[in-house]
Amino acid sequence: MYSIYIITGLILLISFIINKQKTIKAIKIATVKFKKIFPTFITMLIFVSIILFLFPDEVISNYLGNSSKFISVLLASFFGSITLMPGFVAFPLCGILLTKGVPYMVLSAFTTTLMMVGIITFPIEKEYFGVKVTIIRNIISFFIALIVAVITGIFFGEIFQ
Amino acid sequence: MKKNVKLKTVGISMYLLFLIASFIFGYNPGKEIAFNLISFLLYMLKILPCAFILIGLFEVWVKKEIIEKHLGEESGIKGYIWAILLAGTIAGGLLVAFPVAYSLYSKGAKLSVIFTYIGAAAICRVPMALYEASFMGVKFTAIRLLVSLPLVIIASILLGNYLSKRKYKMVEGK
Repeated sequence: MYSIYIITGLILLISFIINKQKTIKAIKIATVKFKKIFPTFITMLIFVSIILFLFPDEVISNYLGNSSKFISVLLASFFGSITLMPGFVAFPLCGILLTKGVPYMVLSAFTTTLMMVGIITFPIEKEYFGVKVTIIRNIISFFIALIVAVITGIFFGEIFQ
Repeated sequence: MKKNVKLKTVGISMYLLFLIASFIFGYNPGKEIAFNLISFLLYMLKILPCAFILIGLFEVWVKKEIIEKHLGEESGIKGYIWAILLAGTIAGGLLVAFPVAYSLYSKGAKLSVIFTYIGAAAICRVPMALYEASFMGVKFTAIRLLVSLPLVIIASILLGNYLSKRKYKMVEGK
């Protein structure tokens, strides 16, 4: 986590030594861009805070552990699409679910949709790409996640036994 | 547009009032929502300033010709490889990838490369993949990457070509 500060700091310092004006301009660009997108970030955070309350980790684990495999894959893709979880929370959670006997393919559907499909990040994505392309990209990503889950299931012997 | 802004202001004020009231009256669900908000806000405030400073430096230092040559219309397969390598080192996932993709686009990267970049930033960041493998096993992570990356590239090419034909342009002035 802190490495990103060190790297950014170093690059900024090198840039400043080479060309002071350009560096100041870069910081100005950064501030303007950040200010433009910040209100959308706040909107997104509000959605995140409510959705995480409605679907906490325990609820997700409960559903993924207690249904049939294929329903679980669909549920997992649904949960993965609507929630937003940093990797450092998601993977330990999946590790725990794995030890509870949740199939690999279900966890694959969950992690891949979690990373690729962002219903919560929709407001941000559409600021850059527009509504239509954002919807198309998310739908494509959802199907990619399903394909990945099925192939994971085949490789781990969870589909054809 | 103005109506939209008004609606947003009302919504956000109501949300904040609800959180404050929850604390005053000890309403637990409201407290939990406030806790979620703060923890995510802190998480993002840790990453985003660095990300935007790096984007600023990128805009000032990297010449348009370089991006056009390596990620633009004439880049061929190399463009996709560059997109994946660039994405592999990014921190923060999609939220950071969107503004970066936007800067790449405004410097002349082609759409299919942009979508590959976004897809790869979501699924194959190197530190995250290592972390994932340590919990899920190498086999799981390897299957996920080897299956999803080609699919992402193919889907990006199809989507990029489709949008280019329709003269699609990204939203301006972000």
